[in-house]
This record gives sequence, structure tokens and C-alpha cells, in this order.
Amino acid sequence: MHIPDGYLSPQTYVPLYGVSLIFWSVALRKMKKEFSARHIPYLAMAAAFSFLIMMFNVPIPGGTTGHAVGAGIIAILLGPWTAVIAVSVTLIIQAIVFGDGGITAIGANCFNMAVVMPFVSYGVFKLLRGNATGGARLYIAAFLSGYVGLSVASTVTGIEFGIQPLIASGPDGRPLYAPYPLSVAVPAMALEHMLLFSVVEGIITVLLLRYFLKHEPESVYALSIKEGPK
Amino acid sequence: MTKSQKKLWTGLFILAVLTPLGIILPEIFKAGDAWGEWGPDKLEKLLGYMPEGLKRLAALWKAPVPGYNFSGEGASTAVQVISYIASGLIGILAVGVLIYLISRLIVNNEK
Repeated sequence: MHIPDGYLSPQTYVPLYGVSLIFWSVALRKMKKEFSARHIPYLAMAAAFSFLIMMFNVPIPGGTTGHAVGAGIIAILLGPWTAVIAVSVTLIIQAIVFGDGGITAIGANCFNMAVVMPFVSYGVFKLLRGNATGGARLYIAAFLSGYVGLSVASTVTGIEFGIQPLIASGPDGRPLYAPYPLSVAVPAMALEHMLLFSVVEGIITVLLLRYFLKHEPESVYALSIKEGPK
Repeated sequence: MTKSQKKLWTGLFILAVLTPLGIILPEIFKAGDAWGEWGPDKLEKLLGYMPEGLKRLAALWKAPVPGYNFSGEGASTAVQVISYIASGLIGILAVGVLIYLISRLIVNNEK
């Protein structure tokens, strides 16, 4: 899901840098209000976890590979705005040091995996869990949070790939950037994730939520935030 | 560091040591590149031509450790495995430093 340099036109990557910048600045402002020194190790561990989990390329036999991102469980554990920063830091290091994802595409990749994914995952979790603090309902909500989050993020990535031939072609009519149209790019990205990689994401989300509920239940952001009148 | 944090860090280091599974399993199952992440040469083969803009932008940045691999395309599996683990550890360190710097900007010391 890491878009390399050259696959997106400037008409796409510049605005997406802008969108990600807005989310980064709001996230930092929100964290400034709530963040204290004891949160730093958890933020660092979240970013490290996301970095490592993305290295586990999962194969579709005879086909392609993909990976989980970890943004869903990070959003559940630390809140979606903190997840924006944790996963963005990971993606920026991956692009600059390891060439995984392009420099020009940092804004786009952060938008897909560090903005769309944590907010969708968090929303799905909040919506489905209701008031459950344990049991099947909570874990189904956790699975679907990871599953839907990554699936939506991959669909958005597919759209970004797929609109390139519409945006920029050379005088000979050939695409200048990512060459495949929406009708190819969106199903390719969405289906491979829905088939396998999002399932992996969902399982990871469930396992980690279980671990934290057992060992540090007070640290789970999504269960500690009370909404409405107490 | 609390005991529980120590346990979590240990888990992360174990994860780093296991990362080579992420290159070994795709090899065993003959799975190719991730969709949309083909290198310029591979893409040219797939398409039969090279998109002009893509060619220009693809060479923009030379990453110090491209593809989590220290010794280029033809590296032996052993070198790739060691590179991958080392990259995982460098990754932990690099995100840690960046998070620390960001945290210094946002942590309010009076709290």
C-alpha cells in the first residue's frame, strides 16, 4: 500500500500533502492538551509496532503480497489523533530511510494509512461495540475495526492510483503516471485486502486488544472515554 | 520503565527478529511485488512502455537502505535476512528518536 514516487501526479500528491499537513497540525494541537510524559513510551511503541508489522509481507500464493498496518488497534488503544502521529512517523521513516513509499507520496501514504485508516477503524469500533466492555461483541467490533479500516484505506489508495490516467496523459495518449484505470486499480487494491490482508489486520486487532484488556485495561483509550452525561 | 512496558518492548524486539518471515513466506508461496509498487523496470515490462512522468519522479530519491536490504537486488537470502532484522531494529530506533523529538514539542512540563 506504500505508493512509490512516480505513480501519483503532482495534481494528486500536492493536495494530499496539504490534507495530511492539516491532520498533523490538528493532531499535535490535540495531543498538546492531553499528552504527558508518561504517554511518550506508548507513542514510541505504537510507531515501532506499526513499522515492524508492515515488514511482515503476507503472500497471496502465486499472486501478490500485502501487509497489516496496525493503525486500527493503535487508534483503539491511544485514540485516533495519536494514531495519526504514530503511523505518520513510521511512514515518513520508511520513505526516507528505506525507500518504502515515495518522498512525493508521503502525504498520500499518510492520508491513506495514518488518517483514513485510524479514523475509520475507530469509528467502526465505537459504533459496533455499543456499551460492551468484554465478550463476543467487543471482539467482533475489534476484528471489524481492523478489517474495515484497512479495506477502506486500500480502496482509497486504489482510487488514487486509478484517477491518474484521467488526470495526466502524454501527447500520445499514454498515461504519465500510474497507468491502470479505476476499473482495474480499485478492485485490485480492495479485493486483495478484503480477501486476506484485512483479515490479518482484524486478527491482530483482536489479539492486541485482548492482551491490553488483560494486562492494562485502564490504558485502552476507546474504552476509557465516556460519552454523553455521566 | 514499568514492568509492563518492559514486556511490550521485549515483544517488539521479538517481532523484529521474526520480520524475515515477511520475505521468506512470499518467496515460498511465489508471491510477487505488492500491487502498484513495481519498480520502474518491472513496470516497463508489464506495460511495454515507460510512463514519462513516472520515469522522471521515480529517480527522485535514493534511500540509504532501499527495500530494507543493505546489499542490493542480487543479495543472498542470508544477507537479506540479516538486512531485514537490522532494518527492523534501525526502524525502532529511528521512529523512537523522531517520536522523542515530537514529544518535546508537545509535552507540557507543568502538567
